Amino acid sequence: MATIDKTKTTEESGETPKYKVIGTRPIRHDGADKVTGRALYGADIKVKGMIYGSILRSPHAHAIIKSIDTSKARALPGVRAVATSEDLPEPGDKVAELGEGSVVLNHLSSNNLARTKVLYRGHCVAAVAADNIHIAQEAASLIEVEYELLPPVLDVLEAMSESAPVLNPDVRMEEAATGEKSDQPTNIAKHLLYEKGDIEKGFAEAKYIVEREFNTSTVHQGYIEPHVATALWNNDGQITIWTPTQGTFSVRQQVAELLDVPSARVKVVPAEIGGGFGGKISVYLAPVAATLSRMSGAPVQIVMDRTDVLQATGPTPGSHIKIKMGVDADGHITAAEAWMAYEAGAYPGSPIAAGCMCVFSCYEVPNGRVEGYDVCVNKPRTNAYRAPGATNAAFATESVVDELCEKLGMTPMEFRLLNAAKEGTRRVDGVTYPRVGLVETLEAIKESDHYKTPLKGKYQGRGIGSGFWFNAGLKSAVTASVNSDGSVSLLEGSTDIGGSRTAIAMQFAEAIGLTAEDIKPYVVDTDSVGYTDVTGGSRVTYATGWAAYEAAQDLKRQIIARAAELWDVDPDLVTYEDGHVIGPDKKACFKKIAVELGTTGEPLVGRGVSNHNEPGGAFGTHLVDVEVDPDTGKVDILRYTAAQDCGTAIHPAYVEGQIQGGAVQGIGWGLNEEFWYDKEGHMQNANFLDYRIPTCYDLPMIDAIIVEVPNPGHPYGVRGVGEVPIVPPPAALAAAIYDAVGVRMETLPMSPPRVLHELLKKES
Amino acid sequence: MPRLFIPPLLRPFCEGKDEVFVEGGTVLEAVHSLERQYPGVIDRLCPEGKLRAGMSVTVDQNVTPRALAQKVSPESEIHFLPAIGGG
Repeated sequence: MATIDKTKTTEESGETPKYKVIGTRPIRHDGADKVTGRALYGADIKVKGMIYGSILRSPHAHAIIKSIDTSKARALPGVRAVATSEDLPEPGDKVAELGEGSVVLNHLSSNNLARTKVLYRGHCVAAVAADNIHIAQEAASLIEVEYELLPPVLDVLEAMSESAPVLNPDVRMEEAATGEKSDQPTNIAKHLLYEKGDIEKGFAEAKYIVEREFNTSTVHQGYIEPHVATALWNNDGQITIWTPTQGTFSVRQQVAELLDVPSARVKVVPAEIGGGFGGKISVYLAPVAATLSRMSGAPVQIVMDRTDVLQATGPTPGSHIKIKMGVDADGHITAAEAWMAYEAGAYPGSPIAAGCMCVFSCYEVPNGRVEGYDVCVNKPRTNAYRAPGATNAAFATESVVDELCEKLGMTPMEFRLLNAAKEGTRRVDGVTYPRVGLVETLEAIKESDHYKTPLKGKYQGRGIGSGFWFNAGLKSAVTASVNSDGSVSLLEGSTDIGGSRTAIAMQFAEAIGLTAEDIKPYVVDTDSVGYTDVTGGSRVTYATGWAAYEAAQDLKRQIIARAAELWDVDPDLVTYEDGHVIGPDKKACFKKIAVELGTTGEPLVGRGVSNHNEPGGAFGTHLVDVEVDPDTGKVDILRYTAAQDCGTAIHPAYVEGQIQGGAVQGIGWGLNEEFWYDKEGHMQNANFLDYRIPTCYDLPMIDAIIVEVPNPGHPYGVRGVGEVPIVPPPAALAAAIYDAVGVRMETLPMSPPRVLHELLKKES
Repeated sequence: MPRLFIPPLLRPFCEGKDEVFVEGGTVLEAVHSLERQYPGVIDRLCPEGKLRAGMSVTVDQNVTPRALAQKVSPESEIHFLPAIGGG
């Protein structure tokens, strides 16, 4: 592992480390339960009297629902409830703000239970609750639905044509900047435009111009745990939801809005979560399970299988992207232009805005123009996936950059260092960067053993790619209760996907002067902690960590005041340093004073909240060596190194894990993963045998280089880590394939048939 | 004075300018200042004095959680951009 660990470096050099807890690698607090199988995931939840739900899904990609006859299902012994969209409140045209983005409730409700049309194969049409899952499944199969079939539209460009069948009659094309909407229904939900400088002048100044078009396929987050929800709608009107989710408060709001009940009547209890990557923010099952519970009077659990997950939960969009870039004779970018269309799936909401803002984000672009479209197609409604929209964009831009480098006779490293975005760079969307570390990631790769080691074999090639993600702040709350023995229970609302419990506890421990092991972090339900936004946007270690830091400061203030009272001294003469409260003539460590204060007054409870907005954007640069089999087109990865600006790495092992995990998902996106649809819109590979995500047998160890450029907008310099590493891999792989066999890949995934096709085309 | 950056599709309503100097101590006051210079623009940026759903305000490099209530300084840059979400 090629990790640059600043803490270790300072220790080895004899310097005093800046931090005592931050930068170390304690064992995660939830580790024992997870490695022994005792952790409770969604499907492990059992509630007394629980019955089981099954969903009837549409066999068609596009159809009008003429009628639904549930009589045979209701008559089956053991069936306790049958629900259709008529059992959900009519949401009207309300738009709900969900912290990270907004949603049209009518679309969200229709995605949970289709109202008048089905818009993708697998769309939920009806749901059954029964005494056991077998009865529920049989009953669902007895529901008779009459459809009027409509032609599906699966291609983003085809969907934009005036002759395309329109999915949603209520959708009009909205100009993002002005809010103006078109008169006629259309599949184009949104249009965006960004401009900077003089694009014509920029291209006129260019010595070389490269213009290319790219396609990327629909891909899924591929989390291992399927969606699960268990719901109890109690007789007193209180609703409890047990579910693995990236955001308990987001689920609470979505359920409350969709079922038209006050938020305070909904409690969401987080189960452990087997991956999310953006895909476990939107609700699919919870409102349906709650409705079945209301109708049956029993708690209801619904579990998706893998086919349900792939056919009916939000993937990340396929896209069509055109890029044109110009450079002068010295290699400086003079102009850059992008045209981007992203699939939204069944309802509006692709990450086109982020894609547009990321497409040239790694470069100093003096003259730029970016145009984007959010387009509905007959596929599941897209949802977030690590750095949503950025990977598609980076694949296109970085591929053109690689071609420009060849024309210029510059190495990709030289070109990037010459044109890299840095502090003060103004993106095409107009915003300037604060202190960022792209140059540092490039230099880290340049100094790596990997970069300095030449390739040896035939059909081997090397590629480089960079990527950017914004990261997010948003709201978090933490409560710290000091126990009678001086240990601390830390309550937080951020569900833990990547080890964040420990990363948050470490920041609290650092601030209060304890060890990570002194702190017991708990991820609690929505009734037990203050409002906390989703675990997404690479925000948890930054924002919830900051809330934990504030909780520690709150405790320090209380300890100082109480110690002064106990010692009968002026509070101004008491300080708290390095885990000790210090008076004019007394000193006590945290545990000692905590025990003493516990018997002499009210309990010590620290409160911390955060809603800071300086998350510090993050950059990564990846280097990959590949070998291409010229007979089959198969691409093998020989070596992979990823450097990333992580700000201050709180727990370096978790940071490495995020970098490696993101890189692996990006590699899968680049080489193998895609939704295969037939012309009727039926997904043909809705299982993990045919939808092939990479495994450890496909990959070498991913070397992670942690570059620490502390974020000035956080007490400990934290930047988000989780999303950036998925961005560069497809672009780096495309460059490596070209270096190996001389073919430019312009479509993802770069699977063996596609690579072979390009090789044969080149030969002929 | 704060600089309010004008999105391309709004520039026809602002004599083609890509940025305008505005007065005010908050984003909302800055928008009202823009409205005084270019009547009608406020209905497109923030109808009824509220940020449109799906939009965000960036002040000095960062998306602000306080939206139109965000304080601005004379050196501030204000951008109206689509809201984005992470994974």
